[in-house]
Amino acid sequence: MSAPAAPRAPLLEVHDLAVNFTGSDGVARAVDGVDLTVHEGETVGLVGESGCGKSVTALAILRLIEPPGHIAHGSSVRLEGRDLLALGAKEIRAVRGNHVALVFQEPLSALNPVLAVGDQIAETVRAHEAVSRGTARWRAVEMLAAVGIADAERRAAAYPHQLSGGMRQRVLLAMALACRPKLLLADEPTTALDVTIQAEILELLDGLQRKLGMAVLLITHNLGLVAERTRRVYVMYAGQIVEQTTTDRLFARPAHPYTEGLLAAVPRLDERRDRLLAIPGQVPPASAWPGGCRFHPRCPHAWEKCRTAMPPLLDAGESHRARCWLVDEPERRSEP
Amino acid sequence: MSPWRAAARRFRRNRPAVAGAAVVIALALAAALGPLVTPDPLAQPDPVRLQDQPPSAAHLLGTDPYSRDVLSRTLHGARVSLLVGVGAALLAVTLGAGVGLAAGLGGRRTDELLMRGVDVALALPRIILLLVIFAVWEQAPAGAVVVLIAATGWFQTSRIVRAVVLSLREADFVAAARALGARRPGIVRRHLLPHVAAPVIVSASLDVGNIILLEAGLSYLGLGVRPPTPTWGNMIMDGKDVLFSAPWVALAPGCALVLTVLAFNLAGDGLRDALDPRVAA
Amino acid sequence: MAGERRAAGRAGPERRTALGVLRFAARRLAFAVVSVAAVVVITFLLVHAAPGEPMLGTPERTLVPPETIARQRALFGLGRPLAEQFVRYAGNLARGELGESFVLHRPVADVLRDALPNTLLLGGTALVVSLLLGVAVGALQAARHRSRTDSVLGAAALVLYSVPVFWLGLLLLLVFGERLHWLPMGGMTTPGGDAGLSWPRHALDVARHLVLPAASLALVQAAAVARFQRSALLECLGAEYVRAARAKGLSERAVLLRHALRGALAPTLTLAGLSVPYFLAGSVLVESIFGWPGLGRVTYDAIFARDYNVITAVALVSGILVAVGNLLADVAVAVADPRVRLDR
Repeated sequence: MSAPAAPRAPLLEVHDLAVNFTGSDGVARAVDGVDLTVHEGETVGLVGESGCGKSVTALAILRLIEPPGHIAHGSSVRLEGRDLLALGAKEIRAVRGNHVALVFQEPLSALNPVLAVGDQIAETVRAHEAVSRGTARWRAVEMLAAVGIADAERRAAAYPHQLSGGMRQRVLLAMALACRPKLLLADEPTTALDVTIQAEILELLDGLQRKLGMAVLLITHNLGLVAERTRRVYVMYAGQIVEQTTTDRLFARPAHPYTEGLLAAVPRLDERRDRLLAIPGQVPPASAWPGGCRFHPRCPHAWEKCRTAMPPLLDAGESHRARCWLVDEPERRSEP
Repeated sequence: MSPWRAAARRFRRNRPAVAGAAVVIALALAAALGPLVTPDPLAQPDPVRLQDQPPSAAHLLGTDPYSRDVLSRTLHGARVSLLVGVGAALLAVTLGAGVGLAAGLGGRRTDELLMRGVDVALALPRIILLLVIFAVWEQAPAGAVVVLIAATGWFQTSRIVRAVVLSLREADFVAAARALGARRPGIVRRHLLPHVAAPVIVSASLDVGNIILLEAGLSYLGLGVRPPTPTWGNMIMDGKDVLFSAPWVALAPGCALVLTVLAFNLAGDGLRDALDPRVAA
Repeated sequence: MAGERRAAGRAGPERRTALGVLRFAARRLAFAVVSVAAVVVITFLLVHAAPGEPMLGTPERTLVPPETIARQRALFGLGRPLAEQFVRYAGNLARGELGESFVLHRPVADVLRDALPNTLLLGGTALVVSLLLGVAVGALQAARHRSRTDSVLGAAALVLYSVPVFWLGLLLLLVFGERLHWLPMGGMTTPGGDAGLSWPRHALDVARHLVLPAASLALVQAAAVARFQRSALLECLGAEYVRAARAKGLSERAVLLRHALRGALAPTLTLAGLSVPYFLAGSVLVESIFGWPGLGRVTYDAIFARDYNVITAVALVSGILVAVGNLLADVAVAVADPRVRLDR
């Protein structure tokens, strides 16, 4: 969890990213004006419930959005200064899997069922480096060993359905890290796994990250993960960033009612509670975001202004911003 | 909105599917009412002079080698094709659903037994067997044709239904219903059948086209529903002998066949897309 | 099991593939034998369910000399209990004794021997053509999803899929044979032409005669394959692992060929194997239209003449061909999809 001394120019700079999906019931703005940065070697969290647009953000960074979705004009995604959205097809392919890698959520569906896992890793290597088949296969075995799979040479010839869930996830990691990317986008890397395996995978990820000096954007709905592993966090809701700050500060002094709700909803062993606290209501569909502040229908403190005016990200302290009118008008907070 | 209403809406939006359904309905009406106004298909008013006449005002689609009016025969043939097609398809899916339910809900041994039987049955050449049956059984009535076609065509449906039942048996909502005290027949009726209905409907509608072609092939060979009852298949059989001199005799029933099967296929595709929207067409 | 795996593990991946496929094939072969046996039994029962003595021909249709009747009676043990008749029947089959054709006045086995290769040529060509054409069209449609090409090809496939194969044959004969005179109108070779023709010339002649009947059979099935392949490919293209492959930086071509097509290939191969009955039945309809001297035409004539020995022999041969087709398809799928080899 340690970060390098002083952050230089950011590794990844996403500015005003918007992704729209055209459907039978209108245009859904799944991602609506997202700004985020990731520096070399640091671990940043992107937190939100399902449906908030965080996975779409990851796909958009690598320009993997397909019709009926498309990235809106005016978005920019800069990797070490280069705008990925302006690159040609060949150039963006050189980035994918090579400089920036994406780890998918469900290992069983992210792996091709009819190809051996070793081949799938080797294929990544051969796509980016001019090496022979033999060398690529050897690299694949090396990677499998590096992610902690015992008997790597034999396992490389196995098919995905022959491996356990934890091993499949390790394979996904091996595939993503085969070309030593500078940035890893990890979309729910442990959701599909048992708790004990989760811890192992996260330890593994940590170790590899330190060894490779890699930055990680950890996308998850699991606040526990975020607390342990990230240094900075972005909270996402309804296609927008609603709070961003360092992890410590987020947990100690959340500024946005949504974050407060998320934190309050996590049951704690050291607290006695009679009921589980949940945020009332549901995430609205992307084709029909509410007017004004998108969280207002579910917010306990909402007042007239919230219904009509969308708050921008306001300064809530030392490198802490939140998209809520309460930041400027704390007196409007209604007591429970 | 209930899933059925949503499916109906999706179907309505699918223009080719709606066109197909419209044609099917038009055909059914033509088959039912047309023969009431057109001349008797078996009549031979002027056996010599009216042979093989091209389309004219008196006979809109011409006459055949036996001096019979092609248009009215085509309309009568529609009856056979539609009745056999829809009848056999419905019977087949009913049989298949029944066996599939029995296999899915029954014990391990019932399931094993039934499915082994289905596996063997699926490996048999259906059309060849039907050829043999109807070659042997000369005077088969139309009902027998429907039953036999259905009896040889329900296997795939049973597999599909069994798969659905098996996957749902252990589903949480079924366990919940049982925990709340619901009894088996109720569970089957209210929870399982709606899920089974969709693939069964799709199966049936896509089958109709194939069955119509199958029956046409059989009657083209002089099997199944036999002359003088007009079927599109045996009309083409008559027409092939005068193909070059009087092409309309074979063309009319052929076009009718293509149109009908096309309509059923369009509607069937539309139903499948409407009921299973995951399948991106 | 563990020992097996360790031993297999020391072998390279290719050897393991071959072993797995062989084991799978052996299981399916046993099943194929069972289905052929089922065809034999069912055909026997069906024919004996007919009134009269079908093995002896129907007197109203064909005049059968009394010696032939006596021979057939002895051969099939007619008049004896059913079970005994079946044993004789099965014994005859094992010896290759199929009875006599009343229409052609020859042993059925000889008739089959002459006619079967021609049908295999026609059916085999049509099957291969339909596969190649169907897969290509389906893949093109999937690659150009939702474009004009997709819609046009899709509409064409749907119309073709709705056409009765015998009518298509007649139509092709009418247009290309009679009206346009582009292609020969019947037979397998030009009459009188094969006297002293060199082999390549002969092959070319046969090929010219093959075009129309093969096209009739192939076009309808190609439409079915195209429809199927398109949806299978689209499903694969939408799969998460295809997106993952793109995320790895693979070129679109590599994604399509190595990932999507391989996944879509397996079910298409199954479809091909299952289409054998269709080609057999189709040949019955099409061969007579084009005068192609194959098993189909023999069957067609036999049906009209109620020549039961031929009919049952054809049913048997069909059963075998269908079982072989299914077996080959299953094996092909096992090669393409490793998940299939391991279950059961």
